[in-house]
Order: sequence, then C-alpha cells, then structure tokens
Amino acid sequence: MSTATPERARPTPPAPEPVVSLRGATKAYGPNKALTDVDLDLRPGEVMCLAGENGAGKSTLIKILTGAIRRDSGTYSVDASDIGDPSPTEAREHGIGVVYQELSLLPDLSVGENLMMSRLPARRGITRPGELRRQAREMLERVELADLDPDTEVGELPLAKQQLVEIAKVLGESPRVIIFDEPTTALSEAETHRLLDKIMQLRDEGHAIMYVSHHLEEMFAIGDRVTILRDGCLVTSAPMGEFDHDSLIASMVGRKIESLYPASDRTVTDQVRLKISGLRPAGVTTPIDFEVRSGEIVGIAGLLGSGRTELLRAIFGADGCEGGTIEVDGKVVKCGDPRRAVQAGLGLLTEDRKRLGLLLELTIRENASIADLDEISRFTLVDRKEERGIVDRYLGSLRLRAASWEQPVSSLSGGNQQKVLLARWLATKAKVLLFDEPTKGVDVGAKAEIYKVIGDLAAEGLGVVVVSSYLPEVLGLADRVLVMRGGSIAGELPAAGATEEDVLRLASVGGGQRTDGFETEETRS
Amino acid sequence: MSVRNNPEPAAAGAGDGAPAVREERVLTFGDVFGRDAGGLIVLLILFGALTLWSEQFLTISNLENLSRQVAIYGIIAVGQLLVILTAGIDLSVGSVLGLAGCVTAELIVHGTGVPVAILGGLGVGAAIGVFNGVLVAHAKLPPFIVTLGMLGIARGAVLVLTSASTVQPLPDSFGKIANGSDPILGLPNLLWMLIVVVVVTAFVLRRTVFGRYIYAVGSNPESARLAGVPVTRVLVAVYAIAGFLAAVGGVLLASRLNAGIPTGGTGYELNAIAACVIGGASLFGAKGGAYGAAAGAIIVGTLQNGGNLKNIDPFYLQIIIGALILIAVAFDQFQGRRSRS
Repeated sequence: MSTATPERARPTPPAPEPVVSLRGATKAYGPNKALTDVDLDLRPGEVMCLAGENGAGKSTLIKILTGAIRRDSGTYSVDASDIGDPSPTEAREHGIGVVYQELSLLPDLSVGENLMMSRLPARRGITRPGELRRQAREMLERVELADLDPDTEVGELPLAKQQLVEIAKVLGESPRVIIFDEPTTALSEAETHRLLDKIMQLRDEGHAIMYVSHHLEEMFAIGDRVTILRDGCLVTSAPMGEFDHDSLIASMVGRKIESLYPASDRTVTDQVRLKISGLRPAGVTTPIDFEVRSGEIVGIAGLLGSGRTELLRAIFGADGCEGGTIEVDGKVVKCGDPRRAVQAGLGLLTEDRKRLGLLLELTIRENASIADLDEISRFTLVDRKEERGIVDRYLGSLRLRAASWEQPVSSLSGGNQQKVLLARWLATKAKVLLFDEPTKGVDVGAKAEIYKVIGDLAAEGLGVVVVSSYLPEVLGLADRVLVMRGGSIAGELPAAGATEEDVLRLASVGGGQRTDGFETEETRS
Repeated sequence: MSVRNNPEPAAAGAGDGAPAVREERVLTFGDVFGRDAGGLIVLLILFGALTLWSEQFLTISNLENLSRQVAIYGIIAVGQLLVILTAGIDLSVGSVLGLAGCVTAELIVHGTGVPVAILGGLGVGAAIGVFNGVLVAHAKLPPFIVTLGMLGIARGAVLVLTSASTVQPLPDSFGKIANGSDPILGLPNLLWMLIVVVVVTAFVLRRTVFGRYIYAVGSNPESARLAGVPVTRVLVAVYAIAGFLAAVGGVLLASRLNAGIPTGGTGYELNAIAACVIGGASLFGAKGGAYGAAAGAIIVGTLQNGGNLKNIDPFYLQIIIGALILIAVAFDQFQGRRSRS
C-alpha cells in the first residue's frame, strides 16, 4: 500500500490553513430546512468525517460543496477567497473531487474511456486510442491497478475495483479535496480495509479528505476530526479522539440509544420452521443443509462472493436451484418460484431496495399490501377496508413517519422504505423471514428499530435468517452464525462468545481460491 | 401478530383518502378520477370552448356522430393502455383490428352465422395477443420488436386472406351492431360499447388484484416478482386483452362500414398510443388510467370533429394533435420533476 507515485502527488504542501471553508451555509427545500447555518473547514492532510443520521443534512452539504445545488446563504471559500456559487464544473476546477456512493462510471464503456471521459485525447474530433490507453494506465497506477487493462469494460469489474477506478478518475483531475460519500456500502470487510488504507495514503500526500459513512468503526479508523450534523444543524466539529463509540452515537441521535441490539432472552423452541436439505443454488456444487427453528435468528456471514446472497435467493426461489429441498413447517416449497415461496410463508428483504424491493411509482399503501393481495381479496376484488387496516396496523407498529399512506414510497428515506418492505412481509404473516443486508444505507436510529423488529419477530416464533457483511451486526443479532466460503457453509459458530476474528478465520481460510467469476456474480446481483 | 380480520376502528369508516393522518379536506376532482384527472380536465375545457365557438357542436346529431367516430379509437386505446401500464407497447393493434374485421367478414360471406363469425374474429385477436404476450413474457423479447413484427405479419395475413379486396356484401343485421342505437335512450350502440369497456377496465385497474399487479409489474417487474406477483401471467393477460380489444374494434369497424376493409386500422396503433399519452399515461409504466386513455381518445376525436365543423384544414389538425402530445408529455415531466425535488 505504499507504492505511491511521488512525481504526481502533493498538489499542495501541507498547511494548517483550510483549503475549503464554508460559513453559515443554509439551504431550504420549500418549507423544509435541510441545512441551517453550518460551518465546515477542510484542511490538507486531514480526514474530516461527517456524521449524522439520514436526513441530518449530510448529502445537502456534499451537494453544496460540489456545486450540485445552490445554497440559500452563507459563504464558500477555497484558499480563503470567496468563490461564490460554483457550478459543478467550477467546483471541480477549484479542486473539489467526489467519489460517489452510487458510482458515476458508465458500465458499458471501457475503463480508459471512463477515466478520460471529460477530456478524451483526440485530434480533430477523432480519438487516439493509443494515447488514451497510455494516460489511462498512468492514472490506474496511482491506485495500484497497473495490471488492469484499460480496455476492460467497467461493468465486468467487481465493485471494489470499480471504486478504485472511480478514485483514479477523481485523482486524474488533481483534486485538493476528495469527498468520499459512503464508499464502503458495497464492499467486503477486506476491501474496506484496503480502501481505508488508500484514503489515509491520499491524506498523507496532502489531500484534504471528507469522509461520509454510516459505519462508525470506519470513522474511528481513519478520522482526524469529525463534524456532526443533526436535523440540518451543526452539533459540533471536534477531534475524533474526543469521542468514543457511544458518545458519537449520542451526539448524532441527540438521545442515548441504550443498546443497539435487542436482548436475546428469546426462547428457541424445537419446532423447525425452515429446513434446507441438500440445496444447491445454481452454480454451486456442494449441497447446503441447515435448519432454522422457531424463535431463532440465524446469521450468515462470509466474504463478498461467498454465495450468501445466492443462498438466500435460492431459498426464496428468486433463482432456480439444481437440487435439494426447502421445507417450511414441514411442507416442501417448490424451487425457483417466488410466488409459491410467498404462499408457503417465506419472505425476502432484498439487499437492493430500489431495484429488487420497492415499487417506486406506487404508494406506501400499495407497496405494503402487494404481497398479501391474494389474502385480502374476494373474487379478485381487493377489500380496501381490510387493506387499509393491515397497512395501518403493520406500518403503525413499525412507527413509520409519513403524512399519508397515499404518498409515493419514493418520498420516504432509506430507513422508512425498509420499514415499508418489512411491513409487506409482516402482512403476509410470513413464517420464515430472510433478510439480506437489512440495515444497508440505514441510519443509526432506524437501525436500532429494525434490529428490535427482527428480535420481536423471532420472539413471536418466526424463523429468521440474516445475511450481513457487517460482522458486529451478525454477531449482535444472531443466535447462531453460519459462515460461508466459496458457495458452501464453512462452519457454524454460536453467536455468544464468538468474535469477529473467529468468523473471519472461517470465512477466509483458503479465501484466495475464490474465482473471479464468483466475485462478479455477487457484486452485480 | 394479531388477527387479520380486525382492522383498527379508526380505519374502518375511512373513505378514499389517507388513513394515516385524518384531516379535513374537500373532495377534489382528482379524488374522484385519481390518476386520470389531467386528461378529463383538458377534455372539459375543450368541450366548453367548442360549444362557445360553434353552434353545431353541442347538438344531438353532432355528438352522436362524434361518439361513433371516437368509440373504436377509444376501445383500442384502452387495450393499449393496459400494455403501456406494464411499461410495454403494442404496435400490432391496428393490424390486428384489420385482420379481425376481415376474418369476421369473410366468415359471414362464406355462410357462417353472424354471432359465430364475430367470435371467430375476436378469437383471432385474442390469440395474436396471447402470442405477443408469450414472446414478451416468456421469451423476454422487447415488446416494441415483438409487436412491430406482428404489425407486419397481421397486415400481411389480412391482405393474403382477402386478396387485398374489400369483403362484401354483409347482411344488414351485422351492420346494425355498430350503426344502431339503443331503443330506450337512443344513444348509439358504439357509445355504449365504449362506455362498457372503459368502465369495466377502470374498475379492474382500481379494484382488482389483477389491476394492482399491472401497476406493480410496470413499476418494477423484478421487485414485483420477488413480492410474489405472477409477472409472466400478468404480461400475457395484458397483451391478450389488448389483442382482444383490437379485435372488438375490428368487428365494430367492419360492422360500421358493413364491409371488411383489408387496410382498415392502418395507423390506429399510433392514435391509440397518442390517446394514452395525452390521457396521462407514462410510457415508462405504472402511470395512467382507463378514464384518462378514453379522455385522450375523445380529445383527439373532438379536435377532429371541431375542425370539421369550422372547416379547418385537416393538415393543420395533424400539427395540433402532434403538438398536444408534446405538451402532455412535457407537462408530465415537469410535474414529475417538481414532485421529486
């Protein structure tokens, strides 16, 4: 990780003066104040973390810095000179670079073309492929991807590599400030570590870094200072060392969250709710067996590409399987048909809410009731009274905040959208619920609520399976952890007493053997 | 989890509005017609303007004439709407309309009874729709391509079947279907057909499970599938209904002209799509309603009717209708952008 290329690094010598400073930044959308009177200083050679719940104003702040939106008031200066209201291009010219949460790369174009998109080497409008490759390779070297062929299509790369390409693209514009917006959401533990190392290296080269993440551990790992926002206002901006885990959460949430994970005083009965025997998801050779009992939460951990998501999808019938049986309460569920799975009492909360869960054009009510329509209809007519009753009951019990159930589900925040999807499966009275990364992109407050719901569901006698790449979550939530490696179950650990190291050891013994194809499968799904 | 059949008392008496926060509100036009309100407002304005502008417009005979002109467009527009709601498109409805009309006419000419001949025509339309649907839903071919192919196949088939010549003579009993009026109110039969098709479709879309599934598939087919929606069956059904309604249009056109016209329905698919878009449907799916599509068809028909009454050059009318499509879509985009930000 220490093979930086010194000849192109250090666009600025380290100085105590802030590169960027915002004073009194305010932004309102109609009557809603997204940001009120916020100050921010980004200094070279320093990682500034931005912490806050969803809706605290983090993205608004980033958008102001990048010129994506205009602030209502306040000043924005770079190198102590006011730059007014920059357009995105002007912000880039002033040295503000952003690595976005949802990558901004074009998947069907090559790595080289993506890197050089804004300034393709050309002579009289005709591109020069050789020159493009040469410059692209130079840029890739800066992120230790010297062996990556610039002609590769971006869509073929695993997500972690795409992220590095994105960073290379930003670095190519010689930025002085690099903003990382939730860069690790799609990365595995090991890839996250590598990325954090890279960010620290960029900091040491003299870049000013702003780092935004929901993962507090990452902030503690790399943050020099932290700026905390709550409800659009600045809570404090202080050295990272002044906080510990609990005090940081307390300042973000404004109240103390006693325990993130629900108490595990549930009784696990002997009644088997989900029985998987000899199941082989497509492309997996080793059959998988396991059981989930009533009241039990089974965690599934494993590196990215270990087949966790594929296993859940096969159980739910989202993809076909090559053999084995799935039984819910002793009844065999036909493989490869989500409709049968729903009727049998299975529910799947997918990892990618927008693409695989929500019906964005439809209302909150319609999203919550869609899986239960067969039950609440007579002669194919939807019983609207019953539908409203169900939506009221389940969304109400999840403490969803919305003005009306008739507003489009797209108007809700990530955590609330997750609650709508949760209500969808509560409404079907699912017997077994499968959660794939249930708290991805969800803020701390909503996380605790979702954990509580998962715990309550198990306590009511459901069988629960939770897949997560966030190890503290798996260990905190589950009674038992299955660790996957290369498509099969590498081992099982009781959650009580197991450490993250134990899980990682099981997950990565011989981990170097996993094939590239696997990795791509997972990152694309 | 508590018993399902016991909704909270607060929700029990709720009307169409929002149960989450009960608030005082007046009943608006949008509450009644929901997703279709825009097109109906334009239609009402258009009717008002034409009534003031032309004395002949608001007369019984002109309105009967108008309803005969728009009924067939309206019926196939409703079929088209169902496909568009699933984010698909059916370019074959015009050709299917021609084929179904000529099949019916040929059957009658060759001595089949009128009811059986009509069933034959409708069956051909539905079968073609099922075929389209299977290619879209199971073979996963793009709807545009599937129905573009079918546009050519069906039109070719009808030309072969009829040797490109008009099929006649047809008995008066067949012609009465589309040209007659009901004995009580004296409204044209065609108008009644349109009303039945629109009202039934609107009801299906709003109140039935199938209707809800159509919107879900149009919103995001993969999300819908993972929520247990039978996506392929919904798609096949939607194309089958579009084919069937196109055939209904074909039978009615043959009856109205009392002849099977091999080129009948040419270009109707574009009129149907235009009607849906003017009526507020989005080609990206999940947005629009049956009243809107019917309103869109009637708007186009009314503009043509008004143009005839005032002797406006029909070429200018084409320009006006084209502009109307652009305005409708731009308005929709503008609205969408505002509600998103």
